[in-house]
Amino acid sequence: MRWYWYASPQTFFPLAGRIALWCGLAAVPLALAGLYVGFFVAPTDAQQGEAYRIIFIHVPAAWMSMFLYVVMAFWAAIGLAFNTRLSGMMASAIAPTGALFTFIALWTGSLWGKPTWGTWWVWDARLTSELILLFLYFGFMALHAAIEDPRRADRACAVLALVGVVNIPIIYYSVQWWNTLHQGASVSLTRAPTMAKTMLTGMLLMALAFWLYSMAVAMVRVRCIMREREAVAA
Amino acid sequence: MLAAARTILQRDLLLAMRRRGDVATALLFFVIVASLFPLGIGAQPNLLREIAPGVIWVAALLSSLLSLRRLFESDHADGTLEQMLLGAAPLGVVVLAKAVAHWLAAGLPLVAIAPVIALQYDLPAVLYPVLALSLALGTPVLSLIGAIGAALTLGLRGGGVLLALLVLPLYVPVLILGAGAVEMSAAGSGGEAQLLLLAAALVFAAAFAPWAIAAALRISSE
Amino acid sequence: MSEFFAMGGYALYVWGSYGVTVLLLATEIFLLTRRSREAKT
Repeated sequence: MRWYWYASPQTFFPLAGRIALWCGLAAVPLALAGLYVGFFVAPTDAQQGEAYRIIFIHVPAAWMSMFLYVVMAFWAAIGLAFNTRLSGMMASAIAPTGALFTFIALWTGSLWGKPTWGTWWVWDARLTSELILLFLYFGFMALHAAIEDPRRADRACAVLALVGVVNIPIIYYSVQWWNTLHQGASVSLTRAPTMAKTMLTGMLLMALAFWLYSMAVAMVRVRCIMREREAVAA
Repeated sequence: MLAAARTILQRDLLLAMRRRGDVATALLFFVIVASLFPLGIGAQPNLLREIAPGVIWVAALLSSLLSLRRLFESDHADGTLEQMLLGAAPLGVVVLAKAVAHWLAAGLPLVAIAPVIALQYDLPAVLYPVLALSLALGTPVLSLIGAIGAALTLGLRGGGVLLALLVLPLYVPVLILGAGAVEMSAAGSGGEAQLLLLAAALVFAAAFAPWAIAAALRISSE
Repeated sequence: MSEFFAMGGYALYVWGSYGVTVLLLATEIFLLTRRSREAKT
């Protein structure tokens, strides 16, 4: 029950600072380990050559893009249900980083698609829904910027985030539902992965690094938001 | 509850009838947008026949966007919206009635006019029923999702463009299903899957959108 | 070493991906530190 104590911005502020510091520090060695595994341990792919090494950025970024949206929607739901100020601030703090990872997933995917599929872009289900996700993030940020009162902005964006969360399962399952160009899932929680262990390790390390990075950035950003709103209120 | 719904429905339709200009403008926009594509792309019949479902659906999306602003704005301006928020009837029922009225005035005419556009694109007549059915199932979903956007952006400056930015990504699945139904039919494999999914989307939207619209209206009205 | 940078001929794509990613993350951190400094005042 101690968590309720942290629901107040004032008490959460120093905790956010500590989380930011430790997550930021932890992210660096994990990223270095991931990059080492990705470039020097994982073998060259038989069909794609060295081009496949983009996977160590592309897949973790895509995972983060979906994960961060779900977390954002979670805080949105909490904020609407319990009318807590901090929840809305958390959602706003996560949005830019989520949009960034979505863009990185799309960019790296495009650069990976050109040498392997022969095209920079294709309108298959997964790419299209990832692009929609980017627009959903932008819509969230645009709506927040358009509303003057921060509390009303938080609540309006919360409704928007929850309406958009339907897109996430569509992205995730799109490769199963529509048999199109983007490859199916090779990593699953239940089955053994169908890729080499070293490749998987590299991907997981990078995913962990991105996750810690996102937490650090979100904590710093929520502290900025707290300071900015306090300044306006005073 | 049903009495409230019927009252709101009749009221909104009456208001739409009095503002026939608005309804006609959106319809005219639909026709004009659909006419732009052959002018821009070149009028080869084979090409036009292929792109017809997509073009008609995109034009329907854009036309639907145009008419969304007036869903809540006039009520917001003269205080009726506040009365609805405070009134005895459940807000979800009220907004559902408003969305239905919006569809009858803005979406249903599109369904009626679409065969005329299809004629311009030389779409085979056998595809008209699928086209009309896909639009008949899809345009209510557009009205419902669009109402969420209209409620969220109520009274904001730069609202029209922001509304489009918020709502168009949510419209995309409906577009893909609707146009896909006609395209699959044209290819000979029947558009039943897409039509069924559209029907499911309609049920889902009718069930959940009123909650979102009501929540958004409360947020926008304080 | 030069083999590493050539990436089997895919240098443009691989380094284009990693490079832009590093650039974007660095930009995010830079903008955030600036925002943090301005918020402190």
